[in-house]
Amino acid sequence: MELTAKLVDMHKYYDLGSVVVKALRGVSLDIPSGDFIAIMGSSGSGKSTMLNLLGGLDRPTKGQYILRGKDVATLTDDELSAIRNSLIGFIFQSFNLIPQYTVLENIEVPLHYRPGYPAISLKDRRWCEELADRVGLGDRMDHRPYQLSGGQQQRVAIARALVNDPAIIMADEPTGNLDSKTGEEIMETLKKLNLEGRTIIMVTHEDDVAAQAKRQIYMKDGLIAGEGIFKG
Amino acid sequence: MYQLGRTIKLAMKSLLLHKLRSGLTMLGIVFGVFSVIAMLAIGEGASSQAQEQVLKLGATNIIVVSRKPAEDAAAGGSTFSPLRYGLTREDYTALSGTLENYISGVVPVREVTLEARYRDHALNCRVVGCTPEYMEMNHLVVSRGRFLSENDIRKLANVAVLGAETALQLFPIEDPLEQTVQIKNRAYRVVGIMEERTASAAVGGSLSGQDFNKDIYLPLDTFQSRINTSDVIAKFASGNFSMESVVYNQITLKVHNADDVISTAESVREIMEIKHGRKNDYDVIVPLELLKQADQLRNIFNVVLGSIAGISLLVGGIGIMNIMLATVTERTREIGIRRALGARRIDITQQFIIETIVLSGTGGVIGMLLGLSTPIAFQGIKMVVRNYILDTAGASSEMGKMFLGMTPEIAFWSLPVAFGFSVFIGLVFGVYPARAAARLDPIEALRHE
Repeated sequence: MELTAKLVDMHKYYDLGSVVVKALRGVSLDIPSGDFIAIMGSSGSGKSTMLNLLGGLDRPTKGQYILRGKDVATLTDDELSAIRNSLIGFIFQSFNLIPQYTVLENIEVPLHYRPGYPAISLKDRRWCEELADRVGLGDRMDHRPYQLSGGQQQRVAIARALVNDPAIIMADEPTGNLDSKTGEEIMETLKKLNLEGRTIIMVTHEDDVAAQAKRQIYMKDGLIAGEGIFKG
Repeated sequence: MYQLGRTIKLAMKSLLLHKLRSGLTMLGIVFGVFSVIAMLAIGEGASSQAQEQVLKLGATNIIVVSRKPAEDAAAGGSTFSPLRYGLTREDYTALSGTLENYISGVVPVREVTLEARYRDHALNCRVVGCTPEYMEMNHLVVSRGRFLSENDIRKLANVAVLGAETALQLFPIEDPLEQTVQIKNRAYRVVGIMEERTASAAVGGSLSGQDFNKDIYLPLDTFQSRINTSDVIAKFASGNFSMESVVYNQITLKVHNADDVISTAESVREIMEIKHGRKNDYDVIVPLELLKQADQLRNIFNVVLGSIAGISLLVGGIGIMNIMLATVTERTREIGIRRALGARRIDITQQFIIETIVLSGTGGVIGMLLGLSTPIAFQGIKMVVRNYILDTAGASSEMGKMFLGMTPEIAFWSLPVAFGFSVFIGLVFGVYPARAAARLDPIEALRHE
């Protein structure tokens, strides 16, 4: 089984001056390629910290995080940026679109930071249009985020996450700000992406959303407390 | 290169999002650049005015003038023995003899202010005894008739040439040509009238301004024999009787070769020193030296005015930095998003620096365009000064004349310099906010509300 990511006794501490907050206290986890994981847990359980580390936004204090054979702790800030750009697609709870950009321009943003800074070609632009089309926004490509509904904004975010064809999708409460019907649509899209062979790591606190993933991981006090569906 | 174009486009977009804010932020730079260009233009105008004055004196001329010595040093200054000072015939001979090889002309001049009359019109004018070269040396132009000729000198002709103002005052109706003017009870036939000539202002403090319009020119030898009889002129003016004995007021030497002006001037000073010693009743004026002084003056002007204007650019830069810092805080989340999507620290730094430079550079361009309108704006200022500040006396004072006669000249080198400086200001004051933006932790930035 090919591993996309491997966590070995991973710790993350935040030094707040007077106290040191131990957000993660030794997490070990194997994530095979094509997996679909839902990370659950109450607030303060360390699930957000976990997602930030998995997404390459931060480095572990102790332990190893091996992403595609590279130890993240040894990478420079620029190398991490390159990994985030080409390997990982992010979907956030609050969509995080750039307000002054149109739908199409928002989808294009990751293309600006590709390694080597190649020019955005006509082919790239057509690819962005195709993605917008695929998430059902083909007729709203020059709209700005505030002109779109929450579900539409999240679909723009998904298209943006896909523009560099990443192997891993990180979704932080993707349905958290949406009504249940729209949330359902987003989950369908994520499942489809998983079927394409992408690894999906999702943080959620909704049981029915988590239930649609292949695996559920429950976190408590900075440790993995168990796997499977936990009620309550 | 392509990437730079993209970043610039991106910066424009962000700036256009807040048009009013960007515009107000730019104002500091706009006025900074404008004032740099305007100040330099005024400095340039003032100095070229001074240069013009000096050139009117003739760059290859050396002018020796008589000067009334200070009271206590004056010998025989009593009412009945004439005050004797100034250039003499011996000086003339010594100068023209010794420097023969270097000079192409020597023009002695004697002048005195006297009353000239025509019928019931009278005017106090400067009566100048001179030779035909006087016209060329002072860049005068004949309007009608002719100037004095060699023949007039040889024949001691009783002829006169009038300045424009003199002609107008003495002959308000009649044609002055071939009429007769009276000076000290002797008659002179008018043979020519000069073109009007704007009065020259004082130059560098060492030569007072000259007004050629109220002149009457007589042949030198005629003047010496009829007016300056025995080298003594007695005057009775405003109840005071005075006598003075001066042979020449001025001797102008024209140097043959421009390279020899400075060394010839040295020789002139030496000769005059030997002849007059400590009497201190003469001055040697070298326009070329004044020209150099004017050049130095211009440089001082440029540095002083330029730095004052530079301060306003600096203030503009600080204003930009202030706004950019606020922008960074406001756009923290955008920075977080970009970082999450793969932007490196340097990309963020670059984005904000370029944004600042576009802001200051645009301000620079607008300031440059405003700067080009300086001459027009200055006309307006002059109008206000002439109509509301200066009274008639002020307007005819040296300062007033100098100010009113000046036109700012845009120094074209100042345009790229001021623009470059505005871009540089953007770079300097953009670095700190841009680095602050790049230093943000992506996780913190994403969480920012």
